[in-house]
Amino acid sequence: MYDLEDIEFAYGPKAVFQNLSLRFEAGHFYGIIGPNGCGKSTLIDLLAGHLQPERGCVRLNGRPLQRLDRKTLARSIALVPQDFRINFPYTCQEIVMMGRYPYIPRFTRPGRTDRAIVDDVLKKADLDDFQSRYVDRLSGGERQRVVFARGLAQQTPVLLLDEATASLDMHHTMAMLNLAAATVSPASLVIAVMQDINLAAMYCDRLVCMNAGAVFASGPLEQVLSAEMLQAVFQVDARVARNDYCDALQVAFRKEVRP
Amino acid sequence: MPAPAKSHDSVLQRLPTSAVICLLVLMLAAAIVLAAGSGYVNIPFWDVIRIITAKAAGNDGLTAHLDQLAPVVVMDVRLPRILAAALVGGGLAVSGAVFQGILLNPLADPYTLGVSAGAAFGASLALLLNFTLLGLWSVPVFAFGGAVFTLMAVIYLTAGSGDLSSGSLILSGIIVAAILSAGVSFIKYLADDAVGIIIFWLMGSFASKTWAEVALAAVTFVFGLSVFFYFGRDLNLLALGHRTAGSLGVSPRRVSLVLLITASLVSAVCVAISGIIGFVGLLVPHMVRFVTGPDNRRLIPVSALAGSLLLLCADTVTRAWLPQEVPIGVITALIGGPFFCYIYRKRQLRQFS
Repeated sequence: MYDLEDIEFAYGPKAVFQNLSLRFEAGHFYGIIGPNGCGKSTLIDLLAGHLQPERGCVRLNGRPLQRLDRKTLARSIALVPQDFRINFPYTCQEIVMMGRYPYIPRFTRPGRTDRAIVDDVLKKADLDDFQSRYVDRLSGGERQRVVFARGLAQQTPVLLLDEATASLDMHHTMAMLNLAAATVSPASLVIAVMQDINLAAMYCDRLVCMNAGAVFASGPLEQVLSAEMLQAVFQVDARVARNDYCDALQVAFRKEVRP
Repeated sequence: MPAPAKSHDSVLQRLPTSAVICLLVLMLAAAIVLAAGSGYVNIPFWDVIRIITAKAAGNDGLTAHLDQLAPVVVMDVRLPRILAAALVGGGLAVSGAVFQGILLNPLADPYTLGVSAGAAFGASLALLLNFTLLGLWSVPVFAFGGAVFTLMAVIYLTAGSGDLSSGSLILSGIIVAAILSAGVSFIKYLADDAVGIIIFWLMGSFASKTWAEVALAAVTFVFGLSVFFYFGRDLNLLALGHRTAGSLGVSPRRVSLVLLITASLVSAVCVAISGIIGFVGLLVPHMVRFVTGPDNRRLIPVSALAGSLLLLCADTVTRAWLPQEVPIGVITALIGGPFFCYIYRKRQLRQFS
């Protein structure tokens, strides 16, 4: 579905990616892990079309992203970023409705379908009581759920999550990731940047592990997630084993870290 | 589905936007007629309407029974000034709303990026050099040039950061404005006799405005309003941050740039016509947001009307009611400043309660 070919990207003189090639296939929940500053968010920005590679090409279903116009892009790719402030007193309902803007022509009111989708998403995200609350008065976690719901309301085949659950409690983290996982279909995928490796192990079936602007390993979760990988990329001692209780691979860490 | 009560519900908030707009249009029309009637020579309400319709219809019969002076006072003296005040008020208010949207800061105003400092510098320079080549337009043209030049400098300084993000724009604006303010001080120091004229111009006034200036203001205002209205929804998305706005079908850089230039042009024309009038662009959108909410498609038209009404009333007070005419910029700052402190404090208190 997604193809990255020989991507080269730099912020000014600081090279981030050189000859980066990656492939994402529909029907999977991808996790992207890696140490801070290894280029995870930049990769998400390239996938979203927010940044353009200096060389190489990002293709979605065979078509280069640069060739797609903004409306098509917005109907294909939704991005849920890390928490941010919204300085204006929009209601939560208004924020989630913004996810429908790519479908509503300018100067037109939201149609019945748009309203139904927004109501449905608000209900699923457990935000029913929040509809008319002001988004600038919510706590960080509550605001994050509203932003997540906005991404879902966009109803795109590609859902990009950039540490989208970083400020949520356990209950809502899993509730949101369950909603994201439910959108995966043979024609759609989720790509999530995650810090919590155990969470990634629970939800993702494919894992991309990045280190210093390059892909260290990528593929099915069971092949990528290993003690050796964690040792090499994060310099931590860990043991990876299947956990019956959560029915997934889980990692146990030792406290000592090497510099 | 009954929505739960909002945290600060008022009668106005429950009115649909179209009703608010109709109400404001009626109030504005009434205010224009009332203002045209009041002053040194009082002219009754219906006589003013008769004079205006007579002029519009080209039928002098309607005003035959009136004092010969009344039509001249209304049409040539008062109406240009009244309309200029209304257009400048509306222009400052909408460009304030747009600046607040672009800079993601509900406390920004048309002058945040140094447009006023640039205009002040240009105007002071013209007054210092006693430049009169363009006649009546000499000072406005210099003021406008100063404002546009400032905006270009600010955009040039910001462009290096890759996108036109609010933080770098505000920072560039402050730097450029600081340099220009120093320049204005220097000009005042150099100008021995002209210093009074410079100070008076900087305080803003609508005295002796002509129909030509009204026409210029009207063209800019209508142009600006159409651009803002067209991009209103895109401006809403900018509130989510450039990255998210980009993923919702908007080019944040392009939209910011178009709106930034248009809003600066509108405020530059306002400053060129009337001098520097503070607090309208800050206060009006801020207050209107309590009624319409932050959606720019409602905020922008209502701000335009409210700004017109406010500045028109303020100008009429200083022209017709006060024993001596006080510069309008001083009035708006003296009333607007404390009033703003009051609502700001009240909002803070509510947030902690």
